[in-house]
Amino acid sequence: MTGWDRFAETFFNAKVMAKYLPDILYGMVVTIELAVLIILSGLFAGLVLALIRSLGVRPLNWLIIFIVDLFRSLPPLVIIVLIYFGLPAAGASPSGFVSTWISLALVLMAFAEEIFWAGITSVPRGQWEAARSTGLSFVQTLLEVVLPQALRLTIAPLTNRTIAITKGTALGTVVAVTEILGQASSAMSNSYNPSPLMMGATAYLVLFLPVVVAARWIETRFAWKR
Amino acid sequence: MIVSAKDIHKHFGALHVLKGVDLDVAERELVFVIGPSGSGKSTLLRCLNRLERPTSGSVRVDGIDMLAPSTDINHARQRIGMVFQSFNLYPHMTALGNVTLALRKVAGKSRAEADVLGQAALERVGLADRASHRPAELSGGQQQRVAIARAIALEPRVMLFDEPTSALDPELVGSVLAVMRSLRESGMTMIVVSHEMGFARAAADRVVFMDDGLIVEQGPPAAIFEHPTHERTRAFIGQIQRH
Repeated sequence: MTGWDRFAETFFNAKVMAKYLPDILYGMVVTIELAVLIILSGLFAGLVLALIRSLGVRPLNWLIIFIVDLFRSLPPLVIIVLIYFGLPAAGASPSGFVSTWISLALVLMAFAEEIFWAGITSVPRGQWEAARSTGLSFVQTLLEVVLPQALRLTIAPLTNRTIAITKGTALGTVVAVTEILGQASSAMSNSYNPSPLMMGATAYLVLFLPVVVAARWIETRFAWKR
Repeated sequence: MIVSAKDIHKHFGALHVLKGVDLDVAERELVFVIGPSGSGKSTLLRCLNRLERPTSGSVRVDGIDMLAPSTDINHARQRIGMVFQSFNLYPHMTALGNVTLALRKVAGKSRAEADVLGQAALERVGLADRASHRPAELSGGQQQRVAIARAIALEPRVMLFDEPTSALDPELVGSVLAVMRSLRESGMTMIVVSHEMGFARAAADRVVFMDDGLIVEQGPPAAIFEHPTHERTRAFIGQIQRH
């Protein structure tokens, strides 16, 4: 057996791969479910917080800043563990799936709020004044004039951050979520062979590479001249 | 009087920008406000539609008390068009979109009605053929004319112009002034902060000279430009005309 054969036998073992392919595919489905939930709820919550913050109610803004800074500072894994092992003490017992979803959604919410907020504040004051001078209300101005411009400015940082946090679904393996990494590592210990890990890595690439490419396309598509 | 401002004071922190200004403007009148930068003329204009809230004083426009808490400010602002130095067009909308937004959202017109009115407003400023262009695709002069169309589409009773030509290249000023002149001829009441002295001479009913937060002197353009009575007015007119 040559060195290359031994390498292939270890990392790309066809028999092992065939056997565990269904597990990895199942893991992909779980990862996709988690990712979609995290992205939808995290971005939505972040946008809502940024819109509330733009109303300029002082005590409310302090609360938002506190929440946002908290979840930007804590490592996502710490939040997952706290929710999974901590909440049962408070009477709620979220599953690993739900714990991971909530944790990463909170982290995405925090970063997204800051990005949306930066976008809103970077729209020139003159835009507000022109709209208000024609009789548009504060909320109409925010939604019709300011937000569409703010969203374009936020697309690049937002997609980057969203991808980075969504990849954190792999952390769910710590609380027994059967997502890609979880499936791959249990397959690896059952088969005494690291091939499933290679399949897991491939699965992540298959999932996220198109997203990264799409993000790049969106960024260039929406970079419009002022 | 369609516009009546009484004893307007405006403080920005420790800065006392308006120190008791009275300004009455009659229907169909064109009032020109001139003065050195920092004299408070833009702030005065912005107090009239409450973009700035005066610290004290009263403002009535078309019979509406602009400072009363009970006044629906968004409704009142429909009657007061405003044009800004930096145009402030919405960059994500077409020219027609800019003009029709308030027609739809404030005046409650359907999209079809708003499009007809918006197209007519663009026609009035000579830009009917630019309706589907974005601001970035228009020259500065064209952008400012779209901004004027955006204001007049709501059929305001008064138009406020805050240095409408100051950000324009010299060769583009004429087209904006031409639109302002035709507005004037249609009988629009206008209050204009600007240093376009030629336009003031030709079109203004009254010139108001402000300095240091106060109206120093006012009168017909000929009187203010040829025979200013105050030393500060004389010095300012002299400086402007040397350019």
